[in-house]
Amino acid sequence: MKYGLSIITTIHDWLYSVMPEWLAGLVEMILIALVYLGIFSIAGLFLVLMERRVAAWFQLRVGPNRVGFQGLLQTMADALKLLSKELTGTEKADKFLYNLAPYFVIVTSLMALAVIPFTKEFHAFDINIGILFLIAISSIGVIGILLGGWSSNNKYALIGAMRSGVQTISYELSVGLSLLTMILLTGTLQLSEIIEVQKSGWLIVQGHIPAIIAFMIFMISGTAETNRAPFDMVEAESELGAGFHTEYSGMKFAYFFLAEFINMFIIAAIATTVFFGGWLSPFGITESIPWLGVLWFLIKTLLLVFLMMWFRWTFPRLRVDQLLTLEWKYLLPINLVNIVLMALLVWGNLIIKF
Amino acid sequence: MGPQHPATHGVLRLVLTIDGEIIKKVDPDLGYIHRSIEKMCERDSYQQIVHLTDRMDYLSSNINNEAVCLAVENALQLEVPDRVKVIRTIIGELTRISSHCLWWGVMGMDVGALTTYFYGFRDRELINDIMEETCGARLTMNYNVPGGLMFDIHPNFVSRVKKFVAHFKTKIPEYDRLLTNNVIFQKRTKGVGVLSKEDAISFGASGPVGRASGYSCDVRKYHPYSALDRVTFNEALQTEGDTFARYKVRIQEFWESLSIIEQLIDNIPEGEHRVPTNAVIKLPKGEYYQKVETARGELGVYIISTGTKNPYRLKFRSPGFSNLSLLNHIAVGGKIGDLVATMATLDLVIPDIDR
Repeated sequence: MKYGLSIITTIHDWLYSVMPEWLAGLVEMILIALVYLGIFSIAGLFLVLMERRVAAWFQLRVGPNRVGFQGLLQTMADALKLLSKELTGTEKADKFLYNLAPYFVIVTSLMALAVIPFTKEFHAFDINIGILFLIAISSIGVIGILLGGWSSNNKYALIGAMRSGVQTISYELSVGLSLLTMILLTGTLQLSEIIEVQKSGWLIVQGHIPAIIAFMIFMISGTAETNRAPFDMVEAESELGAGFHTEYSGMKFAYFFLAEFINMFIIAAIATTVFFGGWLSPFGITESIPWLGVLWFLIKTLLLVFLMMWFRWTFPRLRVDQLLTLEWKYLLPINLVNIVLMALLVWGNLIIKF
Repeated sequence: MGPQHPATHGVLRLVLTIDGEIIKKVDPDLGYIHRSIEKMCERDSYQQIVHLTDRMDYLSSNINNEAVCLAVENALQLEVPDRVKVIRTIIGELTRISSHCLWWGVMGMDVGALTTYFYGFRDRELINDIMEETCGARLTMNYNVPGGLMFDIHPNFVSRVKKFVAHFKTKIPEYDRLLTNNVIFQKRTKGVGVLSKEDAISFGASGPVGRASGYSCDVRKYHPYSALDRVTFNEALQTEGDTFARYKVRIQEFWESLSIIEQLIDNIPEGEHRVPTNAVIKLPKGEYYQKVETARGELGVYIISTGTKNPYRLKFRSPGFSNLSLLNHIAVGGKIGDLVATMATLDLVIPDIDR
């Protein structure tokens, strides 16, 4: 990354030398946004491919392996196909909201991606309320789904959207509370500082028992928040056809589809950052070679993504009422007790540090 | 819901009255795949009727064929060789296993576990291969004809079936690990779609659906046909009557079918594979009824003959129709997800309902 960073610095200096300050800043922001758009689409397409290969592996199949090396270009080809398709919609749809919905979904996941620290220097916004921002942004994504389902004017889409609303609002509590548990340990909301704290051991080790509980709750509710199996009530194929995006086609459908995968990536990335030390590597390798941090970060994140895919391809789906029972009767009380436990831990200084 | 809906496995249309997620009324709307098979039977000769039965419950086509053949043979007072009887029974049980394999895969898919589908198909494929080698077809077999079997079994048949039985015995525990013992699956199915024994009887439920409610109704036990009188097997019975009980009955039937095959496969008697019949079969005047146990339940064939080469009237009593009729009774009050799970365990094959 050092070499890459020097290019960035050069561009930065050059921009400020040829333009007035406000214009240079604007151009730089647009460039960063474009880079993130690139990351977004590449990561999304790669995750789709990964999901398909993992699913095939679970299901005694081969999966896509013809287009490009080991099928690497398969999802690219699929995306191109979707791009070239005519956008059809229903006549009875509320046109404005119907067209707006996919952008809501995709913009929120892009915004969440911006605060993820890939490595020390590769971090678009290092705002001091990082975690709070992430939680807030992830709540907005559901509006897109609700809008999409509502405006499609389709019974399956509407039921799917309503389920999504119920589900996301409930599970947000658990996501927030489990992250709050960890914040008691770090004392900061800033993502880069959370990683700095972990130089003396991953938080899941530092906080041992309550941290492990928090991690489990976070993974369960994170999976629920991304609407993935076993919590994919929103698009339950066998019940609702395709759920909230039944009426979407072409690239609009692809937006929903990609956003789902990016959200999965984001949940895994948050878990990596908060529980598994982000881009920190063992023996301080990333200190001397900073660009390796990206690699470490991606390895950890993809392992967690794999875990979520594992859930999806082995578990049956829950029922709506069971989903809510799980959240309100089990996860939430456990979470509240867990916070007290963590507070006691921090107060009594029972943290394991290396 | 339907007629093109992923959970109805075909073209069943269910008119649902729902209050949010809760189901108030289920109204099945049939007729989307009606082909007037019974009417066509009145036009066809008895050999041709066998072919039509493949197209009813296509997952247990061999057993359907057998039902018509048995009815015709009984009417003609035709005694088929022992070899035919044993082979028919083995093939019938293989068909049952293959049908249940498909059901298991689809059941998992309906409750959201997509992987089960491929596991079920992996094992079903082996049976299809055996069938293909023996009778040349994978789905619509036409292997039984009035008077025996169309061809003799393939020389590889016995060894391949034995290999399959050994293989499948290791796979049923895998099924259990993947789905049966899963907490979410049990939560989804236990106490859902409960059918009492009295209701099962009054709705005419049969097969695994009836047996899961404690209604002992296995035709193979009470009216043994072919070689079923010379084997010992247990009737799979559960008493809870819920979706999970229906699921367990079918898993248990895997074991029973395997045991039936094992008892017969080593001693297939030598002999002819077919008794010659007249090219044009004319049944003596009268009424004939034959019932068999398909993978879905009791299939009845009722023939009225006036002594000509065609039946005057032929009626099938299909298990799917009776089992569908109780859907409204057991699904009301549940959620949409419950309906899908319940429907999966009724194991409906739509062409069997809409003949």
